[in-house]
Amino acid sequence: MIARTLIDWGWILDHLDEIRDRVGEHLLLTGIALGVGLAIATGLALIGLRFPGTIAPITWATSALYTIPSLALFAFLVPITGLTVLTAEIGLVSYTLLILFRNIVAGIQGVDPAVLEAARGMGYGRRRLLLEIEIPLALPVILAGVRIAAVTTVGLVTITALIGQGGLGYFILDGLRRDFDTEIVLGTFVSVILAVTLDFTLVLAGRPLTPWARRKAAA
Amino acid sequence: MIDYFGDLVRWFGENWAGEAGYLHRTWEHVTVSGTALVLAVAIAVPLAAWLGHRGRGGLAAVSVVNIGQALPSFGIVALALPFTIRLADALPFIDSGLGFLPTLVALFALALPPVFSNTHAGFRGVDPEVVEAARGMGMGGRRVLAAVELPLAAPLIFEGIRVAAIQVVATAPLGALVGYGGLGQYIIHGFATRDSVEITAGALLVVLLALVTGSAVGRLGRLLIPPPLRPAPKPGNIPPGQHVVPVRGGSASPLSTKP
Repeated sequence: MIARTLIDWGWILDHLDEIRDRVGEHLLLTGIALGVGLAIATGLALIGLRFPGTIAPITWATSALYTIPSLALFAFLVPITGLTVLTAEIGLVSYTLLILFRNIVAGIQGVDPAVLEAARGMGYGRRRLLLEIEIPLALPVILAGVRIAAVTTVGLVTITALIGQGGLGYFILDGLRRDFDTEIVLGTFVSVILAVTLDFTLVLAGRPLTPWARRKAAA
Repeated sequence: MIDYFGDLVRWFGENWAGEAGYLHRTWEHVTVSGTALVLAVAIAVPLAAWLGHRGRGGLAAVSVVNIGQALPSFGIVALALPFTIRLADALPFIDSGLGFLPTLVALFALALPPVFSNTHAGFRGVDPEVVEAARGMGMGGRRVLAAVELPLAAPLIFEGIRVAAIQVVATAPLGALVGYGGLGQYIIHGFATRDSVEITAGALLVVLLALVTGSAVGRLGRLLIPPPLRPAPKPGNIPPGQHVVPVRGGSASPLSTKP
């Protein structure tokens, strides 16, 4: 048997443009999923916080969505929405909902009641209370949820290669089809790097948003 | 739409028998998933139990979860192929054919993190005063591990196994891409031939198997966990805040990767 090369650096150097495009596509698919997921989860969380009776059913429904195997979910959608970006995004968005919803609700519920009491005493209405007190104080927990959702989504995007999308997943699939290891290693490795980089970026982005956390650590 | 459901029903009536029938495909699916899970449990539980007992391996537990989360399952399955081909080159008695081995290796790798980190968390979560009391009663390290810590950690260990089992069953369809059988064959073949009936049938079978697996492992766990330690049967009973697992030193992670 001919020795197989694991990484053909020449091939990688020849395909830098394509790699850059696929990384862009990967980030776009991830970004849309996170943005839409965050919007929907925030809406659900506001409903849940206003009507606490709805928290259990929303958690149940988003858990049910999360439990559907990704390949199966895409498979269900393909006959309806085809091999499109929409199919990919419906799947990716539905997987972010559970984590985001849970953390937004937990974050806001975790705000110290004494702080809320003080704010109300200062004349804060429900709306200002939410925007200026609850959400900022819940940010660390919300951000933790966004980080998990981001890392998970970056990995899941690779599977959408099977429905004609995929970003870096394209390399993995193409490598399997052509029996070319370099592409498999490249697709997987760069996807991991993207996930780690995104996670790190979110941590850095969270710092200026929660200055009191740093002050506390310094004290 | 009526036609479509009719076709789906007809598909289930016509495709149950033979090598490519769904009974055999389900069996293939269960075989590779079960083997991977048993191997992962056999390795991860004792290792994590020992490390947790000694109060070590915290960093390993966190890293294993984080790495497991960042690694795309599709990539793991695909990478398992060149890996097992090399293994088979080096060790000629290993049969890399039919895709069983690469699928097994990938599913094993996917099952490790949740089992390891949950077992570790279970052992670390045992109240130190309980351990102290057991030692005061004259128990040695090994008896403390087996008779005190293990039963107390059992609910978390089984939760880890349940999560891993669902994930393994849900990812096994990707084995069809590296030449294995299993229920993924219908989805992958259906994608290739644009046969939406076959795709949907395959997806239904995978979801069904994942649900059955999850509840079967959950039941088994409840049977084996000492009665006073059994968790509430319905997840709805747990307040949402308790699902958030903050992990020190790394990203806050749930103890699983999305299948």
